[in-house]
Amino acid sequence: MFESLSERLESAFKQLKGQGRITEINVASTLKEIRRALVDADVHYKIAKEFTDRVKEKALGAKVLQAVSPGQLMVKLVQDELTALMGGQAASLSLEQKPSVILVVGLQGSGKTTFSGKLAYFIRQKLHKSPLLVAADIYRPAAIEQLKVIGQQIQVPVFSEEGLPAVEIARKAVTEAKNHGYQVVIIDTAGRLAIDEAMMQEVADIKAAVNPEEILFVADAMTGQDAVNTAKAFHDRLAFTGVVLTKMDGDTRGGAALSIKYTIQKPIKFVSAGEKPDTLDIFYPDRMAQRILGMGDIVSLVEKAQEQYDAEMAKRLEKKIRKNQFDLNDFKEQLAQIRKMGNLKDLLAMIPGMGKQLKNLDLNDDAFKGIEAIINSMTPEERANPDIIDGSRRRRIAQGSGRDIQEVNQFLKQFEQMRQMMKMMNKMGSINPLHIRKN
Amino acid sequence: MSIWSRFFSREKQAELDRGLQKTRDNLWSRLGKLLTGKSTIDDEWLDELEEALISADVGIDTTVEILNRLQQKAARERYRNSEELQQLLEQTILSLLPPVQQPAPAQPFQLPDNKRPYVILVVGVNGVGKTTTIGKLAYQYKQAGYQVLLGAADTFRAAAVEQLTIWSERAGVPLVKQGMGADPGAVAFDTVQSAMARNMDVAIIDTAGRLHNKKHLMDELGKIRRVINKKLPGAPHEVLLVLDGSTGQNALEQAKQFMAVTELTGLVVTKLDGTAKGGVVLAIAHQCQIPIRYIGLGERITDLQPFDPESFVHSLFAGAASA
Repeated sequence: MFESLSERLESAFKQLKGQGRITEINVASTLKEIRRALVDADVHYKIAKEFTDRVKEKALGAKVLQAVSPGQLMVKLVQDELTALMGGQAASLSLEQKPSVILVVGLQGSGKTTFSGKLAYFIRQKLHKSPLLVAADIYRPAAIEQLKVIGQQIQVPVFSEEGLPAVEIARKAVTEAKNHGYQVVIIDTAGRLAIDEAMMQEVADIKAAVNPEEILFVADAMTGQDAVNTAKAFHDRLAFTGVVLTKMDGDTRGGAALSIKYTIQKPIKFVSAGEKPDTLDIFYPDRMAQRILGMGDIVSLVEKAQEQYDAEMAKRLEKKIRKNQFDLNDFKEQLAQIRKMGNLKDLLAMIPGMGKQLKNLDLNDDAFKGIEAIINSMTPEERANPDIIDGSRRRRIAQGSGRDIQEVNQFLKQFEQMRQMMKMMNKMGSINPLHIRKN
Repeated sequence: MSIWSRFFSREKQAELDRGLQKTRDNLWSRLGKLLTGKSTIDDEWLDELEEALISADVGIDTTVEILNRLQQKAARERYRNSEELQQLLEQTILSLLPPVQQPAPAQPFQLPDNKRPYVILVVGVNGVGKTTTIGKLAYQYKQAGYQVLLGAADTFRAAAVEQLTIWSERAGVPLVKQGMGADPGAVAFDTVQSAMARNMDVAIIDTAGRLHNKKHLMDELGKIRRVINKKLPGAPHEVLLVLDGSTGQNALEQAKQFMAVTELTGLVVTKLDGTAKGGVVLAIAHQCQIPIRYIGLGERITDLQPFDPESFVHSLFAGAASA
């Protein structure tokens, strides 16, 4: 995980302390940190520079309110400016024609075929229109087969024809759609490099032949500094209507999004995050701004927790806690649940403000290992009823788990405290098993 | 014509030299001009260099490291003109890279004698070009006179097995496969077993693309590795991480995470036939001490080259002056 911007700024802002106004002098090092954070997030270096210049203009002379520190004010300025740049409103697809043709273009491996499948699914499920997928990547081995398999999975028909040039396939597909009443034609094209003249000509020819209503440029969210060149080259040639960011389920900060948006001024229409057909989402500028700045992403954390959390088990657990029957078996299950969500440090880092505390903490998945070993060395009876664990049992558990007896003692003490806390929470009313803490 | 094919196509040596000269002139004349009348490297010059490195995706930390080392070197070793400074810069960058292979093979696609079958596991995130790279590797090893067997352990992505099948036909090598959704560990096991039974020289195993932050998928990869190792102790002899040359700083995190579960032995950087420079591998090679083994330069079966550090360093600056 990257250091968060706010954390970085903190040191830069130390010198601002006690000053009521942001001035040319005290803002310089801060802006440098912002620029650095942006470049680290793969924002193009020239754009990062222009961006910080804009922020500087807005910041200079801005009054620092008493409630807000200059640091917080700057972060807010940066975030607002970034959100505005990413596009204030969500842009929808234009699907007026009959049939509407959507051309999907991009570099190799950016995720066009997977996205085409998701888009077809989205159009059917959310927009209630009938889509036709078109396999126009006649070059990559098994690309057509791939689209066919995806089409089968989501039960959307796939048009393909062996031995024809891509332009002809596209043309025929549109006729097919007209004849059979498909409302939206999604053409999945081959991946191509912007400098490959023959291939760029091909996609320009497809455009001329089928007159698409939407041309979506698919870009890997992990793209680096080259995003600007590629997007510009594709746009110069095709004048695309929107951008799609893929592989957003990775941990990239996604600065390429800003680079592309800034250079081309075309809306980002979708973000794609995962391999399942329903993992396509419309684009939220504010979320993206926070992500690029590495400011902690509480929404993602909640989503991640929901994704992995077993609701059934949570209910059972809640009941047990209510009856004050929470035992070490349940605790062990809880640990396993948390582990399923992934690296603990990464998870905690998603909580705004947590990044700094975690920085020097050597916290990894092994943090629970000792505790798990201790629990595993207990008999089922001991786990269900920790009160019976006396001195001799403690010695045995310590030996069995390879931990010191002190650690066993400490853990049992902590567990008892936790139970007391739950008891108290019970009295106060609402409880949520997700809130169980380590200590 | 791309920078990389210009650097790496052997038959076009003359063009390569000219091209190289031209690019060097570009950046160096500009950096040189900035130096005129000055006795030391100044900030303006360093800014220029910094921009070139950043725009090649080298990343801030490694860029700062290069600049610092260069400044120290320049202070110690007197340079007389910009050509000598250029040499210092190249040396500085090359000093970041770990040695490619010990001992270095005489030929690029030569296998060590004592390891049969030589098992290569290919890993990476989605869409970086793993399958294509395997097709090219199979072809190269076959050309070098080895018996090659492929293993289709990407049983997840739609038509991934079909894709590898086509590459195996192109390269003229056999393939071990099971159906879609089969356990990738089982396919890897079968592949190694089959390679041993058939006295193959090299087995190359494809895996499904996986994002490095998905724990269960990374665990699965760790398991594939253990299964291979159980069947043939010492294997996999190579674990290659394939990186898309246009990827930015996230590639560093990819390398770290894949390193943690599979003990990577080398990097393959693909899609360098475009405008992307792939400078992030410099950061990876430096910070993780993983050698870069091959670079991918296109979609043809011959478009794979052993990594050449010097050409790579040149290419980082190619075209930077006009950007």
